[in-house]
Amino acid sequence: MSALLKLSGVETYIGRYHILQGVDFEVPEGQTTMLLGRNGAGKTTTLRTIMGLWQAKTGSITLSGEPIEKLATPDIAQRGVGYVPESMAVFSDLTVKENLVLAARNGPLDDAQLAWIFGFFPALKKFWLSRAGSLSGGQKQMLSIARAIVEPRKLLLIDEPTKGLAPAIVMSLIECLKEIKRRGATILLVEQNFHAARELGDQVLVMDNGTIVHRGDMAALAADVPLQERLLGLSLEAHQ
Amino acid sequence: MMILSGDPPRSRTLSILLVVIVLALLATPFIFPGAKALNVAAKICIFAALVASYDLLLGYTGSVSFAHTMFYGIGSYAIAISLYGLGPNWASVAVAVAAGLPLALLLALAIGLFSLRVEAIFFAMITLAVASAFLVLASQLSWLTGGEDGRSFQLPELLRPGTVFIGKEWFGFPINGRILTYYLVLSACALMILALLRVVNSPFGRVLQAIRENRFRAEALGYRTVFHLTYANCIAAVIAACAGMLNALWLRYAGPDTSLAFSIMLDILLMVVIGGMGTIYGAIIGAAIFILAQNYLQALMSIASTAASEAGLPLLPGLLHPDRWLLWLGLLFIASVYFFPTGVVGRLRGKPAAKH
Amino acid sequence: MSEIAATDTLPKPRRDIAPLLLPVVLALLMIPLVGSASSWVTLTVASLAMGMMIFIMASGLTLVFGLMDVLNFGHGAFIAIGAYVATLVLLPLASWAQADSLLTNLAVLVPAALLSMGVTGALGLVVERVLVLPVYGQHLKQILMTTGGLIVAEQTMYALFGPQIIPMPLPAALRGSFILGDVAISKYRLLALLIGLVIFVAIELVLNRTKIGLLIRAGVENREMVEALGYRIRRLFLGVFMTGSALAGLGGVMWGLYREQVHASIGDELTVLVFIVVIIGGLGSITGCFIGAILVAMVANYGGFLVPKLALVSNILLMVAVLMWRPRGLYAVTSR
Repeated sequence: MSALLKLSGVETYIGRYHILQGVDFEVPEGQTTMLLGRNGAGKTTTLRTIMGLWQAKTGSITLSGEPIEKLATPDIAQRGVGYVPESMAVFSDLTVKENLVLAARNGPLDDAQLAWIFGFFPALKKFWLSRAGSLSGGQKQMLSIARAIVEPRKLLLIDEPTKGLAPAIVMSLIECLKEIKRRGATILLVEQNFHAARELGDQVLVMDNGTIVHRGDMAALAADVPLQERLLGLSLEAHQ
Repeated sequence: MMILSGDPPRSRTLSILLVVIVLALLATPFIFPGAKALNVAAKICIFAALVASYDLLLGYTGSVSFAHTMFYGIGSYAIAISLYGLGPNWASVAVAVAAGLPLALLLALAIGLFSLRVEAIFFAMITLAVASAFLVLASQLSWLTGGEDGRSFQLPELLRPGTVFIGKEWFGFPINGRILTYYLVLSACALMILALLRVVNSPFGRVLQAIRENRFRAEALGYRTVFHLTYANCIAAVIAACAGMLNALWLRYAGPDTSLAFSIMLDILLMVVIGGMGTIYGAIIGAAIFILAQNYLQALMSIASTAASEAGLPLLPGLLHPDRWLLWLGLLFIASVYFFPTGVVGRLRGKPAAKH
Repeated sequence: MSEIAATDTLPKPRRDIAPLLLPVVLALLMIPLVGSASSWVTLTVASLAMGMMIFIMASGLTLVFGLMDVLNFGHGAFIAIGAYVATLVLLPLASWAQADSLLTNLAVLVPAALLSMGVTGALGLVVERVLVLPVYGQHLKQILMTTGGLIVAEQTMYALFGPQIIPMPLPAALRGSFILGDVAISKYRLLALLIGLVIFVAIELVLNRTKIGLLIRAGVENREMVEALGYRIRRLFLGVFMTGSALAGLGGVMWGLYREQVHASIGDELTVLVFIVVIIGGLGSITGCFIGAILVAMVANYGGFLVPKLALVSNILLMVAVLMWRPRGLYAVTSR
């Protein structure tokens, strides 16, 4: 089990604010790593720093052993990193189809891949030619994830996919993510919803104040309630 | 300290420079006799005030207005039209002030409220459009403004060069109405700049800076940014109009080229940037450097151009011709925005001024 | 694969047609006011032709803003430079331009226009790299830098071409009018109208039917996500900037021929007009820009005919009216 993604000593500033204060972790290939922590701990900033949307001031980030911390966002994406931001960022003026056409950078859309995606996101087929802006929140989230997997990617960075969605939709989204996992994807998933995290995660990282305060097996953390409370505090109960 | 509103220059070199400029302006009639030196000095005073009022907008609120010359022009034309139409007396000056300042204020209020209703990014474009329409109006309504020719007029008796207070025997030149006018301009401009210093160092000024740094945060803190920005617009407009009045009084003339032209707007922008945005003191430095260069460097360019054409160099004579002064100014402008965004004052203070 | 049958479509958001109707309503309202039918037709054609020329000049500006959030105050310089460059071809070959054959005329006109577009497009490359890129993301400095660029460009033109007005006569075959009954329609205006429409349709096709167009539309909405999908948006932007500059150059050639003269100050004059159009249309919207250009031209033409004095401030009044109705312009595109 080798590390696909490795961060060591990563520090990121946003303006004057020192957000990431030395982040070290590894994302093993073929597994789903959950990144947990309270609001403002630096989870989103971590994903954005990996994606090159914020520049790390110090530290190194490697993907398959190659350094990527100095690369521009498009180059990082071209090395096989798919990104699903917290805001979903679907292009609302474009249709579902056009959103996916853009996401398929290397050529025309692949029928088999699409059929697979439609298997768990049927709404995307249903509204294939509708403007993405007219989709519901859950459908937008599906489109945003579909964009990241429309072509095979080495690594998926997914930021709080269940945020703001109704419980029923969250359940079906978790099933979809499990299906993506089964295909052997490597995923780094930011999540506030502990239930979702427990269902999906192989590994778990907990962040606080811009550093990783816990790393280990998801199963072990799920079994250890006192540890959960110590690491995640009240935010956990609120989300259970 | 009190008079500077607790905002000293904060740099020894800068303080010395400012003291030298102020002393030189105070003593100009006595140490640099001659009409040209006095004209240059008066222009420095007027522009220092005008540019300082622009700095309130650009440097302290971060909004680019292209309509500042419009307010300057309103002041100039108010004096010119009033003194031309009602005769050269103090009552006419009072009429000009009573009509000009409220007009500038109302226009600023209208532009401010209107631009603030729409997207912030439109502000620069809207002010440019309004100012150009005003320029066209001023040159078309010839019955009122004298059109392209502008309006020349007589000053009240007291301010005329012919009114001599102290004869030649004392200083070797007469102390007359012209010199009185000069000191009137100088002290009025000094008052306006001190008033602006007071404004930017008041709590109101701090709010403006907060808005410039982060409008949303300022709004979240409960400041009504629309109100603050419009208020800043109005203050800047009234001071610009006052500067315009002084300009007209000094020139005994108002026309599109001396008060409304787009090139004056560019001069103002350049002076703010060279002097240092968001400092008020930058206006004094910028105006002094710029106007001295404008008046004395153009002569140099003319010499260089003649030399180049005698040497048979291609293109250079055209580029160095004094009329191409603006070309070099434009290059200087780009270079200063790029390399010295904090201007002279920012450099002398030695720490990065506010970012934009 | 692309032929996937959508089994369902969501109710489309009602297409916002009120702005589209605006010029039509305005034109119809003017019929009784203008009085004579022939004057009305002439004025309307003149408005449409002028509107198309302004649209060509403004389209680049609005796209550049929409895509990259860059306000180019030096856009007007490309217009003037375009017109000047065309004179470099048109004046030496005046005999061809004035020959009584459409083909000979076009043999000089087309290369002149292409050269202008080439030069302004190349200048666009320089301006983007030197003036825009270093201050990317900083509105205040962008405005200052590009204003500086405008001064430099204008003064360089004075130095190179002299301060005098340069005549730019229309080629012989484009002079005169087609007469239909008692209505005269100028040939050149018709041509301008045609070129404008072709360019509008071409831009719309590129934006809606090509991958580049998709990228531009996506970029207008969310630059960051386009980059996160692996596209180098800076290159796309450079391409749009150069195209916009070249279109401004073409607009300059057309405007010069329309006025039959060139002067460096047309840059200033048209900058204001183009800004008003872009504001009215909604920054970033091509359709808005198209309608805005026609509205500005209509107000100038009808207004100039009915109330000449009003023409001085008519554009401002139009802008105020439109923005009172829709504070972000007719079609607000960007979410920024």
